[in-house]
Amino acid sequence: MSRKLFTFNGGVHPDGHKAVSNATPIRAMSLLPHYVVPMRQHIGAPARPMVSIGDQVLRGQMIGAAEGYVSTAVHAPTSGRVVAIDARAVPHPSGLFDLAVVIEADGEDQALEFQPLDWRNLDPSALRNRIRDMGLAGLGGAVFPSFIKLNPGAQKIHTLILNGAECEPWITCDDRLMRERAAEIVRGIEVMRHALGCRTTLIGIEDNKPEALAAMRAAVPADMEVVSVPTLYPGGGGKQLTYTLTGVETPTGGRSTDVGIQVFNMGTAYSLYRSVELGEPLISRVVTVTGHVAQAGNFDVRIGTPLKDLLAAAGGALPGASGEIVGGPMMGFDLMDSAAPVTKAVNCLIVKNPKLFPTKPIELSCIRCGECARACPADLQPFEMYWYSRAKDFGRAQSYNLFDCIECGCCSFVCPSHIPLVDYFRFAKAEIWEREREKYSADQARIRHEFKTFRLEREKQEKADKFAKAAEKSREAAASGADVVADPDAEKKKAILQAALERAKKAKEAVTPKNTDNLPPMVQKEIDEIEARRSKVEGNTESQARHE
Amino acid sequence: MIGSPYIFGRNSTSLVMLKVMLALIPGIAAHAWFFGPGIWVSLLLCSAFALGFETLILLLRGLPLKPFLSDNSALLTAWLLALSLPTLAPWWLYAVGMLFAIVVAKQLYGGIGQNLFNPAMVGYAALIVSFPVYMTQWPAPIALADHALTIVDAFDVVFAGQGAISPDAYTSATVLDTWKTQVRLGTPVETILAQPMFGWAGGLAGRLGGQEIVALMYFVGGLALLSIRLITWHIPLAFLIGVAATAGVLHLIDPTQHASPLLHLLSGGVMLGAFFIATDPVSAASTPRGKLIYAVMAGFLVAIIRAFGSYPDGVAFAVLLMNMCVPFIDHFTQPRVFGHTRTAAKDAK
Repeated sequence: MSRKLFTFNGGVHPDGHKAVSNATPIRAMSLLPHYVVPMRQHIGAPARPMVSIGDQVLRGQMIGAAEGYVSTAVHAPTSGRVVAIDARAVPHPSGLFDLAVVIEADGEDQALEFQPLDWRNLDPSALRNRIRDMGLAGLGGAVFPSFIKLNPGAQKIHTLILNGAECEPWITCDDRLMRERAAEIVRGIEVMRHALGCRTTLIGIEDNKPEALAAMRAAVPADMEVVSVPTLYPGGGGKQLTYTLTGVETPTGGRSTDVGIQVFNMGTAYSLYRSVELGEPLISRVVTVTGHVAQAGNFDVRIGTPLKDLLAAAGGALPGASGEIVGGPMMGFDLMDSAAPVTKAVNCLIVKNPKLFPTKPIELSCIRCGECARACPADLQPFEMYWYSRAKDFGRAQSYNLFDCIECGCCSFVCPSHIPLVDYFRFAKAEIWEREREKYSADQARIRHEFKTFRLEREKQEKADKFAKAAEKSREAAASGADVVADPDAEKKKAILQAALERAKKAKEAVTPKNTDNLPPMVQKEIDEIEARRSKVEGNTESQARHE
Repeated sequence: MIGSPYIFGRNSTSLVMLKVMLALIPGIAAHAWFFGPGIWVSLLLCSAFALGFETLILLLRGLPLKPFLSDNSALLTAWLLALSLPTLAPWWLYAVGMLFAIVVAKQLYGGIGQNLFNPAMVGYAALIVSFPVYMTQWPAPIALADHALTIVDAFDVVFAGQGAISPDAYTSATVLDTWKTQVRLGTPVETILAQPMFGWAGGLAGRLGGQEIVALMYFVGGLALLSIRLITWHIPLAFLIGVAATAGVLHLIDPTQHASPLLHLLSGGVMLGAFFIATDPVSAASTPRGKLIYAVMAGFLVAIIRAFGSYPDGVAFAVLLMNMCVPFIDHFTQPRVFGHTRTAAKDAK
């Protein structure tokens, strides 16, 4: 089309390997005996479990509630019984376990009654609450709770960008989704537009996906624009796609909303459609299984599906496999435990073999050739950051704008000395965060200590004053002989003090919410009934008392 | 630690060095064609000494030999030094040069990637300061020499000394040397330039001198490096502009003392320096603006040293002087980072 595109600096052209998995339609998976649903599936606080062991749940039933603002709900992927709530393997680079609800399927796959939402006539704020309870989070990888992103707040959002770039090699889940479910995606985008109140809608898709481009172009209304963007990793990074489409740079340390632009992943739009128009919470997503597997392709996977079962659905790994990657090869991580389940963040599972993923040659010294700087889409000088990160001079590393690094991996990819630059940057960032946490807690401890010293000092002083006063008083009393009680001034002061205390108490009662406030109507009704009964009984006893 | 990215490009340090060496081949071939086979002997000797010294230090440092010897960096340094030195010098001259280049300038600073100064230029500077006489005896162009040496003669001269054949028969001063001494003697410019060695830049239209063709071949090799994006345009262009502009101004002021910019560009180490030496990434400035400042200043210094210094050529000293300034230049020329405003970047400084 005629839209002027902007080219960000840097980027790399790794082999796409998209054809391995994008030729076949999205497949469904048969029902499994067990699902492991982690409570932490998004950025922010993990959800709070709402079920207990032994509880029966239905498909789509909320089993974890959003806790705090940056959080979202988690739902049961099928009907069955809760058999465990404990720490389980989760897809995380650390390999650590995390709290999960394990559901034993009853085979009925019985769903809650889903209630479609008349979103066009709904206040955006009510819509957002509903979206939070539906468990919507960004499916592109960052899994940021969607209801927050749909809240423009004080900022005016003029442009909505749909990210269908899918720039990581191997991954094709958004590609297939766009080819097969373009109409549904568009309906999800309509909901986003409504919530954000934006005028322009741009759908960016890399030009290595002509079928998806065609499908989306056929599905969009006239006021949405599907734009073909050049295939260049990391062109699907939020900041990069925003720049490519609009020429606007997301300010450092900020979000694209600071410049009036909001970016959503294609899969999120599709799930939004399902949760709003069909009323079905986010309990499944499309996941690519590719690499050294028997039948590579895309699957509609329930959240909580163990990755080993997903792999089995794709025919299993072929002989000679050498491990799995969760996510893409540029930014993904090694799967430590194949019992770990699919979460909202998991978009791809790649089975490695030594030919597709050879071991990296040994790390040599940096020759400052600057390839990394030329490949960096953030215009950083990675070799300088590397130098200082390696020397653990984190202050200097930070002065080279370490925190503008998006960890896309382009620098590591091009480095002729095969230095794992991104690893150094992740390490440096983690160290800096850790130090800041330590500094914060040290500061807190110091403040506590200072206050304690101050308090002890004050108490000592007060005691001393009190003693001194008492001593004086007794001396005065001894001097005047009598007339201790009749001190009209003291009496008056006491009365004033008493009155002030009463007022303060009343004010406090008025301000502090009681646990009987803000109750759901059911509970309120129950309380009202109890109150009525009690007053009746009290009335009876009173009348009885009068009779006697 | 996360292992990603799990894929990587096909680039490697040894490939980078190898490509630079390949780009030197047109220049080397021209050198052999016009100045005799001595260049093969010096290349061979420098390469052998470089690998020898590198191996020795790696053993002393307890480092693995294979990955470091196969990175080709010592070989590239050897070639660059060999191409900067007169061929047919005694063998120990090359040994001393490589000792300073590989052991002192490179390994004592921590090995590949750690050196502040361009190793080949350190080797060159050490030699020209210590053995100035040997450094001025360049092989005469074959067409102008009384006696053309065969490759066997060349080995003989390098290892056994000059023997029966008088050095005057096959050596001569360089263009820059001749210019410098004769201008000081008061020889008219026309007379100097009329000597056949000055070739095209001297005014012999239609007849390129040997050194001019060698320079042009380095230029061609440099363009190849640019086209495969192994180097960026900043340093070569700024370096050549620095030389030409400074030489041009001096030439305009006093053409009887200062040669034309064209003569400067096509003689001595300017072309080799612009594309192969000043661009050494380890010791050069790294930011785009920094590269421009670094190379323009280096070019300026080349012309100034040639005009007013006591050595005929100034590439080595110019590059070494600018190497010193690199940390400073880089610090003050950091590019704007994506998402940072121009003014904020300025404020940060």
